[in-house]
Amino acid sequence: MASNPACRSADHALSRRSLLGGLGVGALGMCGGLAATPGLAEAVKSGSKRVLVVFLHGGVSQLESWDPKPGTDTGGPFRAIPTSVPGTHISELLPHTATQMHRLSIIRSLDTKNGDHGRGQREMISGRDQPAPFDYPSLGAVVAKTSTPTGFSLPGHILIRGAGTGPGSAAYLGPQFAGVAMNDGKPPEYTARPEGLTGEADRRRAALRSRFNDRFAGRRRTADTDAYTFSYDQALDLLDQREVFDVTKESVRDHDRYGSHEFGQHCLLARRLLERGVPFVQVNHSNYDTHFENFDFHIEQLGEFDRPFATLVNDLTERGLMEDTLVCVMSEFGRTPRINDRYGRDHWGTSWSIVMGGAGVQSGGIIGRTNADGTAVEDRAVDHGHVFHTILQAIGVDSLGEFHVAGRDHPIADPAKGPIDELLA
Amino acid sequence: MAGPCLPCGTRPLGAIYFSAENTPPQRLVPGADGAEATVSPLEGGHDSWVKSIAVLPDGRGVVTAGYDGRLVWFDDAGKTPQMVRAIEAHDGWVRSVAASPDGRLLASCGNDRLVRLWDAADGRELAVLSGHESHVYEVAWRPDGSAVVSCDLKGVVKEWDPSAGVLRRDIATADALWKYDPTFRADIGGARSIGFNTAGSQLALGGITKVTNAFAGIGKPVIVLVDWEQPALPDKADQAADAAASQDASPEAKAAEATGVRQLLGKGAGDGVCWGVAWHPEGFWIGQAGGGGGGWLRFFRPDATEDFHAMKLPANGRGMALSPDGTGVAVAMADGFLRVYGLHG
Repeated sequence: MASNPACRSADHALSRRSLLGGLGVGALGMCGGLAATPGLAEAVKSGSKRVLVVFLHGGVSQLESWDPKPGTDTGGPFRAIPTSVPGTHISELLPHTATQMHRLSIIRSLDTKNGDHGRGQREMISGRDQPAPFDYPSLGAVVAKTSTPTGFSLPGHILIRGAGTGPGSAAYLGPQFAGVAMNDGKPPEYTARPEGLTGEADRRRAALRSRFNDRFAGRRRTADTDAYTFSYDQALDLLDQREVFDVTKESVRDHDRYGSHEFGQHCLLARRLLERGVPFVQVNHSNYDTHFENFDFHIEQLGEFDRPFATLVNDLTERGLMEDTLVCVMSEFGRTPRINDRYGRDHWGTSWSIVMGGAGVQSGGIIGRTNADGTAVEDRAVDHGHVFHTILQAIGVDSLGEFHVAGRDHPIADPAKGPIDELLA
Repeated sequence: MAGPCLPCGTRPLGAIYFSAENTPPQRLVPGADGAEATVSPLEGGHDSWVKSIAVLPDGRGVVTAGYDGRLVWFDDAGKTPQMVRAIEAHDGWVRSVAASPDGRLLASCGNDRLVRLWDAADGRELAVLSGHESHVYEVAWRPDGSAVVSCDLKGVVKEWDPSAGVLRRDIATADALWKYDPTFRADIGGARSIGFNTAGSQLALGGITKVTNAFAGIGKPVIVLVDWEQPALPDKADQAADAAASQDASPEAKAAEATGVRQLLGKGAGDGVCWGVAWHPEGFWIGQAGGGGGGWLRFFRPDATEDFHAMKLPANGRGMALSPDGTGVAVAMADGFLRVYGLHG
């Protein structure tokens, strides 16, 4: 089986200089191979910070969300409304989110120079220019590797999706850091004990497998065998923790607050996972690829997004999780300021917006500025690389550091870019 | 105009009313004997786009409906139209406003899922009609003033009694006009245009059908034609029995017989939406389509399902108004032009 090298040697570690000073360190208990690797315990911190990405698939319109331009030729029919931050306005389609903007900041100056869905998704989630000669780990994989607490037995990188692309790649970090998908919000596949198999029989079976594995690993251990072992061990752990993924365990009141529709349920599930310490959770919301009837569809989609997202931000704050959880709402790109002849907006990577908050990043701020009709960035142009650095630094990972894998140094983030310092101040 | 034009209305004397995105609604009065037309703005009252215009009869003014949730009255008797009043009419977009045939009442509908009735003279709210479960896209008066009909995003059509302010019946579910696209996870559809024939015996609902890609607008423009004296909505058992009893008929014919609902599709029509529909006094329907297949005017006889004539437009149309005498049709187009076409036998 072809595989990226993982857990192969002591080189497969996060270098010391990639860690920010003063952070705790410990073994990465979730991977048997890694935990056995000398020196790794010193290199990987016992992280307590988390990342929540809400990915609006298809490319949400910045003009109908974070950077409204009412009254201009490009602005569309929606008005701008005030938010909880004096002087900051967002689209009237987001009245609930407007009440949470003092906990978030808007980056209005994304210039990613791309209008392709697949490339945009890869770039925003990997922080690297694509296509590239190399497969880079996704944000979720990097967060899982650097921020999974010692002994944590749940997956460190979970994607909740009704639609949209699947989990991001772990690339050279190894498959144990690849995303685990909760398709349609259901528990990960193959985590239920088959009918007819008793718990005792399963434990005996696992013990036998473990003995065989240990014997084999003593002579012919490889990254592939470690990954194989890891997947079995993780599945066994999940058998006993399936209710973590069961959103029906939440209260009726919370179901009402988040809404019974898919995205509301997925946001409630995200809260449940973050409360249990999952380092990286991504929730997809689909779809915003509105080449036709952009305004009608944004009423529909953002109408679904607004309340659950605002409720989630509020809950994370009230439960004390926001200070350690980096929240980012992103898309693969924005949409054209020009309105086409079908009242649609097309793909646009030149001047668009995302939102970020929590984990100590500056809140209530606005980074960058677009011109009057939203067709260009006038101030502080940034791209996926800067966003990637910023998210990692916010959760205590020195994004300027490197992973050592199979004798090679791999910069954690694009070395040509850096964080958006204003957000980290 | 800057940007696409939106729907428009006409007066017997020839004035045409239209709007275009951020520009205030406009009144165009053709010049006599080849003189240049006069265009006057209807200034004030809205702070978003105007979606619909109702022209009151006998020079009693014009009422505009906006995406800001407002209805705005204008006195247009003079050289420069003057705003009379603006009211907060709906929570969210007002999608359509229509004047009763005698001009005394207005009906409006919007994203708050409501139909509202208003006194056209002073803007008093007379009734709030609830029952739709999705955004209400279009509203119209039956020509004899006896009924108001409305159609929502999901193709649900309701008849309201304007005197009593109550639901009279569910006319039909024009389900050809609605689809939930599972790929994009969104609803697409609704009546995008509406009209009665002169006798009030047929109701036409324009929209999009056979959608294969909601977010690219890949689907066919269609007019759903509903017989006013529609049989009571059949349940599924009745439909099955009817189908078994008339096995020789086509599925479409069976459905039309059972429900009083037919679809008018243009021959070889490209993708798009039917943004305008009107009954011509000489006895045929006109549909105005726009979308990926370009802009078209298509003409249908009331007993046929395909057009007997079609005319390609230079741009996508977004709204249409037929002059009361049937001699001209104005089409508001996405390239910023309002074009007026003569209709001659």
